[in-house]
Amino acid sequence: MKKRTMETSLADHSPKLIRSIERRLFLRQGLSLGALVLLSGCELTDDEGVQSLLKGMSRWNDGAQAWLFGPNKLAPEFPESAITKPFPFNAFYREDEVTLVDAKDYELELEGMIREKKPWTLPELYALPQTSQITRHICVEGWSAIGKWSGVRFSDFLARVGADTSAKYVGFKCADDYYTSIDMATALHPQTLLTFRFADQILPPKYGFPMKLRIPTKLGFKNPKHIMAMFVTNEYPGGYWEDQGYNWFSGS
Amino acid sequence: METGQQNRTDWVKIHPPVVRITHWINALAILIMVTSGWRIYNASPFFPFRIPSELTLGGWLAGALQWHFAAMWLLVLNGIVYVTYGIVSGHFRRKLLPLTPRAIFHDVLEALRGKLAHEDLSVYNAAQRAAYLAIIACGIVLVFSGLAIWKPVQLQEITAIFGGYEGARIVHFLAMALLVFIVLTHIVMVILVPRTLPTMLTGRTRRAS
Repeated sequence: MKKRTMETSLADHSPKLIRSIERRLFLRQGLSLGALVLLSGCELTDDEGVQSLLKGMSRWNDGAQAWLFGPNKLAPEFPESAITKPFPFNAFYREDEVTLVDAKDYELELEGMIREKKPWTLPELYALPQTSQITRHICVEGWSAIGKWSGVRFSDFLARVGADTSAKYVGFKCADDYYTSIDMATALHPQTLLTFRFADQILPPKYGFPMKLRIPTKLGFKNPKHIMAMFVTNEYPGGYWEDQGYNWFSGS
Repeated sequence: METGQQNRTDWVKIHPPVVRITHWINALAILIMVTSGWRIYNASPFFPFRIPSELTLGGWLAGALQWHFAAMWLLVLNGIVYVTYGIVSGHFRRKLLPLTPRAIFHDVLEALRGKLAHEDLSVYNAAQRAAYLAIIACGIVLVFSGLAIWKPVQLQEITAIFGGYEGARIVHFLAMALLVFIVLTHIVMVILVPRTLPTMLTGRTRRAS
Protein backbone atom coordinates (compact mmCIF):
# COMPACT_ATOMS: atom_id res chain seq x y z
CA MET A 1 0.00 0.00 0.00
CA LYS A 2 2.67 2.48 1.05
CA LYS A 3 4.95 1.35 -1.73
CA ARG A 4 2.24 2.06 -4.27
CA THR A 5 1.86 5.59 -2.99
CA MET A 6 5.56 6.15 -3.47
CA GLU A 7 5.48 4.84 -7.03
CA THR A 8 2.50 6.98 -7.93
CA SER A 9 4.06 10.11 -6.59
CA LEU A 10 7.37 9.41 -8.39
CA ALA A 11 5.74 8.36 -11.66
CA ASP A 12 4.29 11.71 -12.63
CA HIS A 13 6.04 13.99 -10.28
CA SER A 14 6.36 17.20 -12.23
CA PRO A 15 2.85 17.59 -13.71
CA LYS A 16 1.46 16.74 -10.32
CA LEU A 17 3.58 19.36 -8.68
CA ILE A 18 2.31 22.01 -11.10
CA ARG A 19 -1.25 20.90 -10.57
CA SER A 20 -0.72 20.93 -6.87
CA ILE A 21 0.68 24.48 -6.96
CA GLU A 22 -2.23 25.62 -9.12
CA ARG A 23 -4.64 24.10 -6.69
CA ARG A 24 -2.91 25.54 -3.68
CA LEU A 25 -3.24 28.99 -5.25
CA PHE A 26 -6.87 28.32 -5.98
CA LEU A 27 -7.36 27.20 -2.40
CA ARG A 28 -5.64 30.27 -1.04
CA GLN A 29 -7.86 32.52 -3.10
CA GLY A 30 -10.86 30.61 -1.83
CA LEU A 31 -9.75 31.08 1.75
CA SER A 32 -9.15 34.80 1.25
CA LEU A 33 -12.64 35.12 -0.17
CA GLY A 34 -14.00 33.34 2.90
CA ALA A 35 -12.09 35.67 5.21
CA LEU A 36 -13.41 38.68 3.30
CA VAL A 37 -16.98 37.46 3.70
CA LEU A 38 -16.44 36.99 7.43
CA LEU A 39 -14.79 40.40 7.84
CA SER A 40 -17.66 42.15 6.14
CA GLY A 41 -20.24 40.29 8.22
CA CYS A 42 -21.47 43.53 9.81
CA GLU A 43 -21.79 45.38 6.50
CA LEU A 44 -23.53 42.31 5.09
CA THR A 45 -26.29 42.57 7.71
CA ASP A 46 -26.69 46.31 7.04
CA ASP A 47 -27.12 45.79 3.30
CA GLU A 48 -30.63 46.79 2.20
CA GLY A 49 -31.30 43.65 0.17
CA VAL A 50 -30.10 41.44 3.00
CA GLN A 51 -32.22 43.44 5.46
CA SER A 52 -35.41 42.93 3.47
CA LEU A 53 -34.62 39.23 3.03
CA LEU A 54 -34.12 38.81 6.79
CA LYS A 55 -37.30 40.75 7.54
CA GLY A 56 -39.22 38.65 5.04
CA MET A 57 -37.95 35.49 6.70
CA SER A 58 -38.95 36.84 10.11
CA ARG A 59 -42.46 37.45 8.77
CA TRP A 60 -42.46 33.91 7.34
CA ASN A 61 -41.43 32.64 10.78
CA ASP A 62 -44.41 34.49 12.32
CA GLY A 63 -46.62 32.40 10.07
CA ALA A 64 -44.75 29.16 10.81
CA GLN A 65 -45.07 29.77 14.56
CA ALA A 66 -48.78 30.62 14.31
CA TRP A 67 -49.24 27.35 12.43
CA LEU A 68 -47.27 25.43 15.07
CA PHE A 69 -49.17 27.06 17.95
CA GLY A 70 -51.57 24.67 19.68
CA PRO A 71 -54.48 26.59 21.26
CA ASN A 72 -54.72 23.92 23.95
CA LYS A 73 -51.05 22.94 24.22
CA LEU A 74 -50.12 23.82 27.80
CA ALA A 75 -46.76 25.13 28.97
CA PRO A 76 -45.21 22.81 31.60
CA GLU A 77 -46.04 23.85 35.18
CA PHE A 78 -43.64 23.39 38.09
CA PRO A 79 -43.81 22.80 41.86
CA GLU A 80 -43.22 25.73 44.27
CA SER A 81 -39.76 24.28 45.04
CA ALA A 82 -38.67 24.95 41.44
CA ILE A 83 -39.23 28.72 41.66
CA THR A 84 -36.10 30.77 40.83
CA LYS A 85 -34.98 32.98 43.74
CA PRO A 86 -34.32 35.79 43.34
CA PHE A 87 -36.32 36.14 40.15
CA PRO A 88 -34.30 38.30 37.72
CA PHE A 89 -35.33 41.85 36.87
CA ASN A 90 -35.22 42.68 33.16
CA ALA A 91 -36.28 45.71 31.12
CA PHE A 92 -34.85 48.20 28.64
CA TYR A 93 -33.77 50.34 31.63
CA ARG A 94 -32.03 49.76 34.98
CA GLU A 95 -33.85 48.47 38.05
CA ASP A 96 -33.58 51.85 39.85
CA GLU A 97 -35.36 53.48 36.91
CA VAL A 98 -38.53 51.41 37.26
CA THR A 99 -41.75 53.33 36.61
CA LEU A 100 -43.92 53.75 39.71
CA VAL A 101 -47.64 53.63 39.01
CA ASP A 102 -50.00 55.18 41.58
CA ALA A 103 -52.55 52.56 42.63
CA LYS A 104 -55.19 55.12 43.72
CA ASP A 105 -55.59 56.86 40.35
CA TYR A 106 -54.99 53.78 38.26
CA GLU A 107 -57.48 52.81 35.59
CA LEU A 108 -57.02 50.24 32.87
CA GLU A 109 -58.23 51.72 29.60
CA LEU A 110 -59.83 49.64 26.86
CA GLU A 111 -59.79 50.69 23.21
CA GLY A 112 -60.55 49.38 19.75
CA MET A 113 -62.85 46.47 18.95
CA ILE A 114 -64.21 46.09 22.50
CA ARG A 115 -67.90 46.48 23.34
CA GLU A 116 -67.66 47.76 26.94
CA LYS A 117 -64.87 50.31 27.09
CA LYS A 118 -65.49 51.34 30.70
CA PRO A 119 -62.07 51.67 32.42
CA TRP A 120 -61.23 49.21 35.21
CA THR A 121 -59.91 50.20 38.66
CA LEU A 122 -57.60 47.87 40.59
CA PRO A 123 -60.21 46.85 43.22
CA GLU A 124 -62.54 45.87 40.38
CA LEU A 125 -59.82 43.81 38.72
CA TYR A 126 -58.79 42.15 42.01
CA ALA A 127 -62.44 41.13 42.55
CA LEU A 128 -62.48 38.97 39.39
CA PRO A 129 -61.99 35.17 39.75
CA GLN A 130 -58.25 34.56 40.11
CA THR A 131 -56.02 31.65 39.13
CA SER A 132 -52.29 30.89 39.56
CA GLN A 133 -49.51 29.34 37.53
CA ILE A 134 -45.87 28.39 38.11
CA THR A 135 -44.22 28.48 34.70
CA ARG A 136 -40.88 29.09 33.04
CA HIS A 137 -40.20 32.59 31.78
CA ILE A 138 -37.81 32.37 28.82
CA CYS A 139 -35.94 35.47 27.74
CA VAL A 140 -35.02 36.11 24.12
CA GLU A 141 -31.44 36.42 25.43
CA GLY A 142 -31.52 32.72 26.29
CA TRP A 143 -31.74 32.65 30.09
CA SER A 144 -34.83 31.35 31.84
CA ALA A 145 -36.39 31.56 35.31
CA ILE A 146 -39.39 29.94 36.97
CA GLY A 147 -41.92 32.16 38.75
CA LYS A 148 -45.43 32.13 40.18
CA TRP A 149 -48.01 34.56 38.84
CA SER A 150 -51.68 34.99 39.79
CA GLY A 151 -54.51 36.82 38.10
CA VAL A 152 -57.50 36.55 35.87
CA ARG A 153 -57.59 34.34 32.83
CA PHE A 154 -57.21 36.74 29.91
CA SER A 155 -59.77 34.94 27.72
CA ASP A 156 -62.36 35.38 30.54
CA PHE A 157 -61.54 39.08 30.78
CA LEU A 158 -61.82 39.54 27.00
CA ALA A 159 -65.21 37.77 27.04
CA ARG A 160 -66.38 39.91 30.01
CA VAL A 161 -65.60 43.21 28.23
CA GLY A 162 -67.03 41.99 24.94
CA ALA A 163 -63.83 42.00 22.92
CA ASP A 164 -64.18 41.00 19.27
CA THR A 165 -62.16 37.78 19.41
CA SER A 166 -62.35 37.39 15.65
CA ALA A 167 -59.91 40.32 15.40
CA LYS A 168 -56.25 39.61 14.71
CA TYR A 169 -54.35 41.43 17.45
CA VAL A 170 -54.42 42.61 21.04
CA GLY A 171 -52.09 45.55 21.69
CA PHE A 172 -50.75 46.93 24.99
CA LYS A 173 -49.54 50.37 26.08
CA CYS A 174 -47.45 50.49 29.23
CA ALA A 175 -46.59 53.11 31.85
CA ASP A 176 -42.86 52.84 31.02
CA ASP A 177 -43.55 53.67 27.33
CA TYR A 178 -43.12 50.05 26.44
CA TYR A 179 -45.61 48.64 23.97
CA THR A 180 -46.22 45.28 22.37
CA SER A 181 -48.93 43.18 20.73
CA ILE A 182 -49.96 39.55 20.46
CA ASP A 183 -52.05 37.35 18.17
CA MET A 184 -55.64 36.60 19.20
CA ALA A 185 -55.01 32.82 19.42
CA THR A 186 -52.37 33.40 22.10
CA ALA A 187 -54.59 35.96 23.89
CA LEU A 188 -57.27 33.24 24.21
CA HIS A 189 -54.85 30.52 25.39
CA PRO A 190 -55.94 29.09 28.78
CA GLN A 191 -52.58 29.94 30.41
CA THR A 192 -52.49 33.57 29.25
CA LEU A 193 -53.21 35.47 32.48
CA LEU A 194 -53.69 39.13 33.34
CA THR A 195 -51.69 38.94 36.56
CA PHE A 196 -51.68 41.16 39.66
CA ARG A 197 -49.56 39.03 41.96
CA PHE A 198 -46.06 37.57 41.86
CA ALA A 199 -45.14 34.86 44.41
CA ASP A 200 -48.50 35.46 46.14
CA GLN A 201 -47.69 39.15 46.76
CA ILE A 202 -49.09 42.17 44.95
CA LEU A 203 -46.74 42.67 41.96
CA PRO A 204 -43.83 44.83 43.11
CA PRO A 205 -42.92 47.71 40.73
CA LYS A 206 -39.89 45.82 39.39
CA TYR A 207 -42.10 42.95 38.19
CA GLY A 208 -44.66 45.25 36.59
CA PHE A 209 -47.09 46.83 39.11
CA PRO A 210 -50.01 47.09 38.73
CA MET A 211 -50.27 44.28 36.20
CA LYS A 212 -48.35 42.09 33.82
CA LEU A 213 -49.77 39.97 31.06
CA ARG A 214 -48.21 36.59 31.68
CA ILE A 215 -47.93 34.46 28.52
CA PRO A 216 -45.98 31.24 29.14
CA THR A 217 -46.27 30.37 25.44
CA LYS A 218 -44.21 33.43 24.43
CA LEU A 219 -40.76 34.85 25.14
CA GLY A 220 -40.38 37.24 28.07
CA PHE A 221 -40.44 40.49 26.09
CA LYS A 222 -43.93 39.61 24.80
CA ASN A 223 -45.19 39.74 28.42
CA PRO A 224 -45.96 43.47 28.94
CA LYS A 225 -45.65 45.01 32.43
CA HIS A 226 -47.22 48.20 33.88
CA ILE A 227 -50.13 47.90 31.40
CA MET A 228 -52.13 51.16 31.17
CA ALA A 229 -54.26 50.46 28.13
CA MET A 230 -55.10 47.58 25.82
CA PHE A 231 -56.79 47.51 22.47
CA VAL A 232 -58.19 44.99 20.01
CA THR A 233 -57.45 45.62 16.36
CA ASN A 234 -56.96 44.16 12.91
CA GLU A 235 -54.10 46.52 12.14
CA TYR A 236 -50.63 45.24 13.01
CA PRO A 237 -49.57 47.22 16.10
CA GLY A 238 -45.90 46.14 16.31
CA GLY A 239 -43.94 46.57 19.53
CA TYR A 240 -40.97 48.26 21.19
CA TRP A 241 -38.49 45.47 20.43
CA GLU A 242 -40.41 44.07 17.47
CA ASP A 243 -40.07 47.37 15.57
CA GLN A 244 -36.29 47.13 16.05
CA GLY A 245 -36.03 43.70 14.47
CA TYR A 246 -37.02 41.12 17.08
CA ASN A 247 -39.41 38.50 15.76
CA TRP A 248 -43.03 39.54 16.35
CA PHE A 249 -44.64 36.17 17.15
CA SER A 250 -41.77 35.00 19.41
CA GLY A 251 -43.65 31.95 20.62
CA SER A 252 -42.06 29.30 22.77
CA MET B 1 -6.75 20.35 -18.70
CA GLU B 2 -3.80 18.26 -19.77
CA THR B 3 -4.99 16.36 -22.79
CA GLY B 4 -2.34 15.01 -25.10
CA GLN B 5 -0.26 13.68 -22.27
CA GLN B 6 1.48 10.40 -22.85
CA ASN B 7 -0.13 8.78 -19.81
CA ARG B 8 -3.81 8.27 -20.38
CA THR B 9 -5.63 9.86 -17.47
CA ASP B 10 -8.81 8.26 -16.24
CA TRP B 11 -11.37 10.69 -14.96
CA VAL B 12 -13.58 9.13 -12.36
CA LYS B 13 -16.82 10.57 -11.15
CA ILE B 14 -16.77 10.30 -7.39
CA HIS B 15 -19.17 12.91 -6.02
CA PRO B 16 -22.68 12.88 -7.54
CA PRO B 17 -24.24 16.32 -8.20
CA VAL B 18 -26.68 16.00 -5.26
CA VAL B 19 -23.78 15.48 -2.88
CA ARG B 20 -21.81 18.42 -4.28
CA ILE B 21 -24.73 20.85 -4.27
CA THR B 22 -25.93 19.90 -0.80
CA HIS B 23 -22.33 20.02 0.47
CA TRP B 24 -21.88 23.67 -0.51
CA ILE B 25 -25.36 24.77 0.56
CA ASN B 26 -24.67 23.04 3.86
CA ALA B 27 -21.30 24.79 4.18
CA LEU B 28 -23.02 28.17 3.78
CA ALA B 29 -25.86 27.24 6.16
CA ILE B 30 -23.43 25.97 8.82
CA LEU B 31 -21.29 29.13 8.51
CA ILE B 32 -24.36 31.33 9.07
CA MET B 33 -25.82 29.16 11.83
CA VAL B 34 -22.55 28.92 13.77
CA THR B 35 -21.52 32.58 13.53
CA SER B 36 -25.03 33.90 14.32
CA GLY B 37 -25.39 31.26 17.05
CA TRP B 38 -22.21 32.56 18.71
CA ARG B 39 -23.75 36.03 18.86
CA ILE B 40 -26.92 34.58 20.43
CA TYR B 41 -24.79 32.67 22.96
CA ASN B 42 -23.01 35.91 23.89
CA ALA B 43 -26.33 37.48 24.99
CA SER B 44 -26.45 35.08 27.92
CA PRO B 45 -23.34 32.87 28.17
CA PHE B 46 -23.52 29.81 30.43
CA PHE B 47 -19.82 29.03 30.25
CA PRO B 48 -17.22 31.47 31.63
CA PHE B 49 -16.36 32.84 28.20
CA ARG B 50 -17.79 34.78 25.28
CA ILE B 51 -17.08 34.38 21.58
CA PRO B 52 -15.10 37.35 20.16
CA SER B 53 -17.77 39.47 18.47
CA GLU B 54 -15.58 39.94 15.34
CA LEU B 55 -16.27 36.27 14.59
CA THR B 56 -20.03 36.62 14.96
CA LEU B 57 -22.80 37.48 12.52
CA GLY B 58 -25.75 39.82 12.94
CA GLY B 59 -24.29 42.91 14.64
CA TRP B 60 -26.57 42.55 17.67
CA LEU B 61 -28.89 39.98 19.20
CA ALA B 62 -31.93 40.77 17.02
CA GLY B 63 -29.81 40.60 13.84
CA ALA B 64 -28.19 37.34 14.92
CA LEU B 65 -31.61 35.82 15.67
CA GLN B 66 -32.87 36.89 12.24
CA TRP B 67 -29.93 35.20 10.54
CA HIS B 68 -30.23 32.09 12.71
CA PHE B 69 -33.96 31.59 12.14
CA ALA B 70 -33.66 32.35 8.41
CA ALA B 71 -30.71 30.00 7.78
CA MET B 72 -32.30 27.21 9.81
CA TRP B 73 -34.71 26.60 6.91
CA LEU B 74 -31.78 26.33 4.51
CA LEU B 75 -29.97 23.94 6.86
CA VAL B 76 -32.98 21.72 7.50
CA LEU B 77 -34.38 21.56 3.94
CA ASN B 78 -30.92 20.93 2.51
CA GLY B 79 -30.24 18.37 5.25
CA ILE B 80 -33.46 16.52 4.45
CA VAL B 81 -32.51 16.32 0.74
CA TYR B 82 -28.99 15.09 1.58
CA VAL B 83 -29.97 12.49 4.18
CA THR B 84 -32.90 11.20 2.11
CA TYR B 85 -30.64 10.89 -0.92
CA GLY B 86 -27.92 9.23 1.18
CA ILE B 87 -30.27 6.59 2.50
CA VAL B 88 -32.43 5.94 -0.59
CA SER B 89 -29.59 5.84 -3.14
CA GLY B 90 -27.38 3.70 -0.93
CA HIS B 91 -24.73 6.47 -0.95
CA PHE B 92 -24.28 6.28 2.84
CA ARG B 93 -24.08 2.49 2.85
CA ARG B 94 -21.56 2.42 0.00
CA LYS B 95 -19.34 5.30 1.11
CA LEU B 96 -19.61 5.47 4.90
CA LEU B 97 -19.94 1.78 5.80
CA PRO B 98 -18.67 -0.59 7.03
CA LEU B 99 -17.04 1.09 9.98
CA THR B 100 -15.44 -0.52 13.01
CA PRO B 101 -13.98 1.20 16.10
CA ARG B 102 -10.74 -0.67 15.40
CA ALA B 103 -10.50 0.77 11.88
CA ILE B 104 -11.27 4.29 13.10
CA PHE B 105 -8.60 4.03 15.80
CA HIS B 106 -6.06 2.73 13.30
CA ASP B 107 -6.74 5.36 10.62
CA VAL B 108 -6.92 8.30 13.04
CA LEU B 109 -3.55 7.23 14.45
CA GLU B 110 -2.11 6.98 10.95
CA ALA B 111 -3.54 10.39 10.07
CA LEU B 112 -1.98 11.96 13.15
CA ARG B 113 1.37 10.48 12.14
CA GLY B 114 0.88 11.93 8.68
CA LYS B 115 0.89 8.51 7.09
CA LEU B 116 -2.68 8.16 5.93
CA ALA B 117 -2.81 7.52 2.21
CA HIS B 118 -5.29 9.41 0.04
CA GLU B 119 -4.43 8.06 -3.39
CA ASP B 120 -7.99 6.97 -4.17
CA LEU B 121 -10.44 9.77 -3.43
CA SER B 122 -13.42 7.60 -4.28
CA VAL B 123 -12.90 5.51 -1.16
CA TYR B 124 -13.10 7.13 2.25
CA ASN B 125 -10.75 5.83 4.94
CA ALA B 126 -12.18 4.94 8.35
CA ALA B 127 -11.23 8.33 9.87
CA GLN B 128 -13.15 10.11 7.10
CA ARG B 129 -16.13 7.80 7.42
CA ALA B 130 -16.25 8.39 11.16
CA ALA B 131 -15.91 12.16 10.71
CA TYR B 132 -18.63 12.40 8.06
CA LEU B 133 -21.02 10.21 10.04
CA ALA B 134 -20.28 12.30 13.15
CA ILE B 135 -21.08 15.48 11.20
CA ILE B 136 -24.44 14.03 10.16
CA ALA B 137 -25.11 12.96 13.77
CA CYS B 138 -24.10 16.44 15.05
CA GLY B 139 -26.43 18.02 12.52
CA ILE B 140 -29.35 15.89 13.68
CA VAL B 141 -28.64 16.62 17.36
CA LEU B 142 -28.28 20.35 16.57
CA VAL B 143 -31.60 20.46 14.73
CA PHE B 144 -33.50 18.65 17.47
CA SER B 145 -31.87 20.51 20.40
CA GLY B 146 -32.48 23.71 18.42
CA LEU B 147 -36.17 22.87 18.05
CA ALA B 148 -36.22 22.11 21.79
CA ILE B 149 -34.88 25.61 22.57
CA TRP B 150 -37.01 27.39 19.97
CA LYS B 151 -40.29 25.71 20.95
CA PRO B 152 -40.06 24.43 24.55
CA VAL B 153 -43.88 24.60 24.85
CA GLN B 154 -45.19 23.55 21.43
CA LEU B 155 -42.49 20.87 21.05
CA GLN B 156 -42.04 20.13 24.78
CA GLU B 157 -41.82 16.37 24.05
CA ILE B 158 -38.55 17.08 22.19
CA THR B 159 -37.36 19.47 24.92
CA ALA B 160 -37.94 16.74 27.51
CA ILE B 161 -35.50 14.43 25.67
CA PHE B 162 -32.72 16.92 26.47
CA GLY B 163 -33.70 17.21 30.14
CA GLY B 164 -35.67 20.43 29.63
CA TYR B 165 -34.97 23.87 28.22
CA GLU B 166 -31.67 24.54 30.02
CA GLY B 167 -30.41 21.05 29.19
CA ALA B 168 -31.21 21.60 25.51
CA ARG B 169 -29.15 24.83 25.50
CA ILE B 170 -26.08 22.93 26.79
CA VAL B 171 -26.54 20.06 24.33
CA HIS B 172 -26.99 22.57 21.46
CA PHE B 173 -23.74 24.31 22.40
CA LEU B 174 -21.73 21.10 22.85
CA ALA B 175 -22.97 19.66 19.54
CA MET B 176 -21.95 22.95 17.90
CA ALA B 177 -18.48 22.71 19.49
CA LEU B 178 -18.01 19.14 18.21
CA LEU B 179 -19.28 20.12 14.75
CA VAL B 180 -16.90 23.10 14.57
CA PHE B 181 -14.01 20.86 15.65
CA ILE B 182 -14.79 18.31 12.92
CA VAL B 183 -15.28 21.01 10.28
CA LEU B 184 -11.95 22.66 11.18
CA THR B 185 -10.23 19.27 10.98
CA HIS B 186 -11.96 18.72 7.63
CA ILE B 187 -10.63 22.07 6.34
CA VAL B 188 -7.11 21.26 7.56
CA MET B 189 -7.28 17.94 5.75
CA VAL B 190 -8.42 19.69 2.55
CA ILE B 191 -5.44 22.04 2.82
CA LEU B 192 -3.13 19.04 3.27
CA VAL B 193 -4.71 17.15 0.35
CA PRO B 194 -5.75 20.09 -1.89
CA ARG B 195 -6.91 18.00 -4.87
CA THR B 196 -9.98 17.05 -2.81
CA LEU B 197 -11.30 20.62 -3.15
CA PRO B 198 -11.79 20.79 -6.96
CA THR B 199 -13.21 17.28 -6.70
CA MET B 200 -16.02 18.55 -4.51
CA LEU B 201 -16.68 21.23 -7.15
CA THR B 202 -16.47 19.18 -10.36
CA GLY B 203 -17.22 15.75 -8.93
CA ARG B 204 -14.29 14.29 -10.86
CA THR B 205 -10.84 13.11 -9.98
CA ARG B 206 -8.01 11.33 -11.73
CA ARG B 207 -7.77 7.66 -11.02
CA ALA B 208 -4.44 6.69 -9.57
CA SER B 209 -2.99 4.27 -12.12
